[in-house]
Amino acid sequence: MASAQQVRQRSVAGVAGLGLLVVVAILFLIDLALIFLWAPTELVLGEVQRIFYFHVPSALVGFMAFAVVAVGSVGYFWKRTAKWDRLAHSAVEVGVMFFTVALISGAIWAKPVWGTWWTWDPQLTTTFVLWVVYLVYLMVRAYVPSRDQAARYSAVIGIMGFPLVLLVYRAAELWAGIHPGTVVGPGAESDALDEDISLVFTFSLATFTLLFVYLLWQRVLVHKAEETVEELRALVK
Amino acid sequence: MRAYWRGALAVYRKDLLLEVRSKEAVSTVAVFSLLVVFIFSFAFDPSPRTLALVGPGIIWVAYTFGGVLGLNRAFSHEKDKGTLEGLILAPLGKDAIYMGKFLGTLTLMLIVELLMLPVFLFFFDLNVLSFWFLVIALLAAIGFAAVGTLFSAIAVNTRSREVMLPLLFLPMALPAVIAAVAGTEDALAGRGWAALGQWVQLLLAYDFIFIVLSSLTFEFVLEE
Repeated sequence: MASAQQVRQRSVAGVAGLGLLVVVAILFLIDLALIFLWAPTELVLGEVQRIFYFHVPSALVGFMAFAVVAVGSVGYFWKRTAKWDRLAHSAVEVGVMFFTVALISGAIWAKPVWGTWWTWDPQLTTTFVLWVVYLVYLMVRAYVPSRDQAARYSAVIGIMGFPLVLLVYRAAELWAGIHPGTVVGPGAESDALDEDISLVFTFSLATFTLLFVYLLWQRVLVHKAEETVEELRALVK
Repeated sequence: MRAYWRGALAVYRKDLLLEVRSKEAVSTVAVFSLLVVFIFSFAFDPSPRTLALVGPGIIWVAYTFGGVLGLNRAFSHEKDKGTLEGLILAPLGKDAIYMGKFLGTLTLMLIVELLMLPVFLFFFDLNVLSFWFLVIALLAAIGFAAVGTLFSAIAVNTRSREVMLPLLFLPMALPAVIAAVAGTEDALAGRGWAALGQWVQLLLAYDFIFIVLSSLTFEFVLEE
């Protein structure tokens, strides 16, 4: 049963969550203004290049999320507490969502620039497969009989998936396809971006990262609440 | 270390004996792979020119799908007969069980690969007896067996397990499939290390990483 202290902790978390939501919302509005009003129009690609500020941050945040999954999965086998499992599970849900955004925005960008929605380029193909891996992660959780099995099996997938995350992150360099290489983060060339573009991009990435932190945190809280409800229901029965 | 290998070989021997007496897995998987190849011959016009293009793809689609079918068997009969508990209770480490099962799966895959070689050779006139193709086939089979044995143990405990295993296995096997197809293309065209070296290296890295990760995480799967 929830003690008075737990109730207080929860309301503090609620207020802090609301505060972060407001911050993320304001940052997102500024980000949109920067992207559509301030950022220079790219010389070769034109206006459509502005989707870059959505496409790349969501893909990078997706990679971040899957790294969190690996950490949560290892943590679960190390500590064996539901906390780590919730972290990994929530990170998969949020990561899959960001990867979906990256895939869709990539398709929208590819149509005018490459002349096709989709091409079987190594970067695209491997990204899509990674998306499927984490989709299967969620399916396995849904199709096992017990909570304990869900946690163990999904943690195994979370760990096994991580080498693929690294491979997909570097896929454009490993197999020269038509998708451009890494422009930011570890392994990127330092002068890959124009200064103004780089500034807006960094702001956008920071905003997306904060959005990720917010969503991840809220998902963890929701899973925790779900488990409490389950426990209470078991008590009533 | 000696106890580990003794345990692993005992599990391997048991599975091998089971297979030698029933010949269930090898025969079904081989016929299944053969059918995959025949369907391909209808899907693509099998003229020599298209074959040079789609040949490596046909080989690896047959091996991959045949592999999934074989993987299903690594743990399904243990589960159905209720012998999985016996295996877990047996005085041997879980890593030894993994190694034994891995060797069993690998043997099955290699036998099926060997049985299929004449098919590719006679029906499609693909130069599958090249040294590098055989190396690639061996390395890919090791990778498939490493990942597949682990996922087979997971899938067997889920609802609708026959579907769950391909869902788990195929995306995870993709890097190995990509490398195997690309390397096979070079090998069948008679190119050497300079062309296919990178694919062999990728397969080696894949095998190493996933054998290590699979045997480390396997003990958490078999925890009932």
